[in-house]
Amino acid sequence: MTDHSSAPAPLDQPGAPLQPEAAVLAEARRRSRRSFIGLGLAGLIGIGGWDWLISQPADEGIPRPLRKVLDANGRLSQAYFKETRLAPEFARSRAKTPRENGDVGLDGEVDPATWRMRVQGYGTGKTQEFTLADIKALPKVEMVTELKCIEGWSVVVHWAGARLSDFLARYPLATRSGRPADPLNPPADLAPYVGMLTPDEQYYVGLDIASALHPQTLLCYEMNGEPLTAAHGAPLRLVTPLKYGIKHLKRIGTIAFADTRPKDYWAELGYDWDSGH
Amino acid sequence: MKQLVEKHPLAIRWFHWVNFPVLALMIWSGMWIYWANDVYRLGWGKTTLVKFFPQSFYEAFHIDHKLAQGMSWHFVLMWVFFLNGLLYVFYTLLSGEWRYLLPTRHSFKEALLVTLHDLGLYKKPLPVRKFNGAQQIAYTSVIIMGMGSVLTGLAIYKPTQFAWLTQLLGGYEFARIIHFALTIGYVLFFIVHIAQVVRAGWNNFRAMVAGFEVVEVDSTTHQVVAGPTSLPAADATLSSN
Repeated sequence: MTDHSSAPAPLDQPGAPLQPEAAVLAEARRRSRRSFIGLGLAGLIGIGGWDWLISQPADEGIPRPLRKVLDANGRLSQAYFKETRLAPEFARSRAKTPRENGDVGLDGEVDPATWRMRVQGYGTGKTQEFTLADIKALPKVEMVTELKCIEGWSVVVHWAGARLSDFLARYPLATRSGRPADPLNPPADLAPYVGMLTPDEQYYVGLDIASALHPQTLLCYEMNGEPLTAAHGAPLRLVTPLKYGIKHLKRIGTIAFADTRPKDYWAELGYDWDSGH
Repeated sequence: MKQLVEKHPLAIRWFHWVNFPVLALMIWSGMWIYWANDVYRLGWGKTTLVKFFPQSFYEAFHIDHKLAQGMSWHFVLMWVFFLNGLLYVFYTLLSGEWRYLLPTRHSFKEALLVTLHDLGLYKKPLPVRKFNGAQQIAYTSVIIMGMGSVLTGLAIYKPTQFAWLTQLLGGYEFARIIHFALTIGYVLFFIVHIAQVVRAGWNNFRAMVAGFEVVEVDSTTHQVVAGPTSLPAADATLSSN
C-alpha cells in the first residue's frame, strides 16, 4: 500500500472547469433516458427476432433457420474433416457392453445364413447381394473406440469387422465408372453420400462419403470378441467413431449411394443430419 | 459538486448486454441436452447432497424430452456466445481496458479485504476505482471460464476431429463434466453479481446501461470526494487510510 494511492483519484482532465450541477443533472437525465430506451428497444428487437425464429416453418422437427445453421455447421466440419484424423483407441480391458438403446428396424428374426446385404451400384443402379462370408473374407479390422450416444453417455467397445472402404475398394460400387473408391485419392465420380437401411426399412441413416470411407468406419460383425447379438445388430451393423451412435445402424439391409443427403431417421426428428465427430 | 464521469465504454456495454440473454439461452438449451443423461451429483458413496437435477426441477421448467431442440439451439447460439466473447477480449486488449480488468499482484489481498468488507468484518473504506481486486479476479475468471466452455464444448462436439483437445481435457467424459461444472459456475457468478449490483446501487447499474456515473467532486481541488469513480490508476492499490 503506497501513499500516493491514498488520495482519491482525480477527474479526467484535472484542469478542465467543472460543469454547473444543474447542467450535469440534466445531462445525466438525458443520457439515461436515451440509453435505457435504446436498451429497451434492443430487448424488444431481440424478443421480436426470437418470436420470428420460433414461428418459422419447421424443417424436420426444428425451425428452418436453426436447421440451416446446423447444416452450415455440418459443411464447416466437412471442410475441416481429415480422413487421417483418427478417434483414439483404448485398452481392450476397458471395453464394456453398450446399452441396447433403440430397436427400430429390428423386428423379427434374421437368419445369418440367408441374410444378404443388398448394395445398389451408384453408376448402374443395379443391386448386388453379399453374404456375411463375403464381408468376413475382407481384412478383419479390430478397434477399441468410444461409442458416444447423442444422449450424452459413452462407452468403450471392442469392435471387429471389415472397413467399408475396403469393401468399396474390393467391390467398386460407389463410383459411376466402377473405379475403386480410394479414400486417399477419391475419384471424381465418387458418390457424395451413402444411405443405409434396415431390411424392413424402418430405420435408416445417411453418411457423407468421407466419413463412410474413413479407416475407422466398419461393417461390424463382432462386439467385444463375440459375434453380434440380435439386439446389437446381428449379423452386420455399421460402426463409426466419426458419428454419434444414432448413425451406427444395426442389421444392415440395403446400402445405396446418392447425390443428395439420404434420409436419416433421427434427422427427421429434429437432430443434426451430420451428427459428426 | 456533482459531475459526470465516463465509466463503461459503449462497446463493453453492448458485449455485456448481448452476452446476458445469449448465455442464459445457452444454459437453458444446455439443460435440455443434459437431461438426456443427467448423471451428475454432489456427494460421496451412496450419499447424495445435490442431484443435478431433481425430477421436480425438470417438471417445473418443462426441461424433459427436448434433446433435439436443445442441441439445435445450443449449436446455433454457440456462435453468438463465442463471437461476442472473442470481440470483447479483442476490444479490451486494443482499447487498453484490460488494464482495469486484469488482476495485479495486489488484487488477491485486496479481494480478501473486499470480501471481508462485504461480509461486514472489515470496516475501513475500500479503494475508489473502477474495478477493485475482487472484481478484477471475478471478471477475468469469468472470461477464462468462457474460454473453458468453448474448448470443452468443442472437445465434446467434435471428439474425433479434435481428439488432441479432448485428450488434453481428460477425455470425453471428463470434458463433459468440466463443461457442466463451468455452467454451474456461471450460475453462481450470476447470483453474486446480482447481489453486488443491487448493493452497489443505481449509479453503478446505470453506468452499465448509459456509460457514466455521477460523482461528487470538490470544486476547488477537482478531486472526487464521494461516490464511485471510473478513474483510477489501474494499478492503484488499496487505500491505506
